[in-house]
Amino acid sequence: MKDVREALMVGRNTEGRLVRRPVSPFMLGSAYKFQTSSLTSIMHRITSCALGVGTLLLTYWLVSAASGDGAYSIAEAILGSWFGILVLFGFTVALFYHFCNGIRHLAWDAGKGFELPDMHRSGGLVVAATAILTLAFWALAFFIW
Amino acid sequence: MSTDPTIHIMRSNLGRARGLGSAKTGLHHWWAQRVTAIALLPLSLYFVLTVLSLDHATRDQVAAFFAEPWNAVLYLCLIAALFYHLKLGVQVVLEDYVHTESTKVASILLVNGVIVFCALACAVSILKLAL
Repeated sequence: MKDVREALMVGRNTEGRLVRRPVSPFMLGSAYKFQTSSLTSIMHRITSCALGVGTLLLTYWLVSAASGDGAYSIAEAILGSWFGILVLFGFTVALFYHFCNGIRHLAWDAGKGFELPDMHRSGGLVVAATAILTLAFWALAFFIW
Repeated sequence: MSTDPTIHIMRSNLGRARGLGSAKTGLHHWWAQRVTAIALLPLSLYFVLTVLSLDHATRDQVAAFFAEPWNAVLYLCLIAALFYHLKLGVQVVLEDYVHTESTKVASILLVNGVIVFCALACAVSILKLAL
């Protein structure tokens, strides 16, 4: 122990054995069992990071539109390429997941849906809604407009 | 010896031992993240619909879209709520995973700088298209 604060890192696991307290992201290591709740939770964070990168695309699109025809046609070519479409597809998955699971989080903040069966059901609902919204979006993008 | 006292408050033994209490400003971060999340519910639906309507749009059509004041204002609301929400979220992620204090502070400052830059770039672009 180098630092007196290190004493705070000593804890006991469920078997009562002395362990060094895990630091985040401990839920991915051996200290935590993988389950629906942890999967939907980590997905919320992963999609948030993806959306963070996605805001750079939004910025690029708006700036290119404001810059002029030349810049906009380059942006159109990049975003309309197969790679651009793939990135945009990932962006919509992340957006719809984070949107739906965000509603779930807000419900929890209001103290609703905490029971384990409810939580598992809402988790499944979020995944299903994400799939439906994503498919609906791309169906509209390709076939209607 | 009497039995150990039972604790009925929701506080960990570690928290009790340290006795530091709250950091005083955490609630604002938590609340602001919820407020921006609620604002983003209708705004992101609006965003998705506008993106669909602007699919294959020319630059003139995009400019005409932002020339409608409601669209420009709603997009500015979206930009404000989105980047504020992002700033709060990225801070939490970095605080969770970066354990060296100096690197943590530096990375949060850097990301905040990028976020302010992008938010202003979006806002100026929207205003330029709108005006």
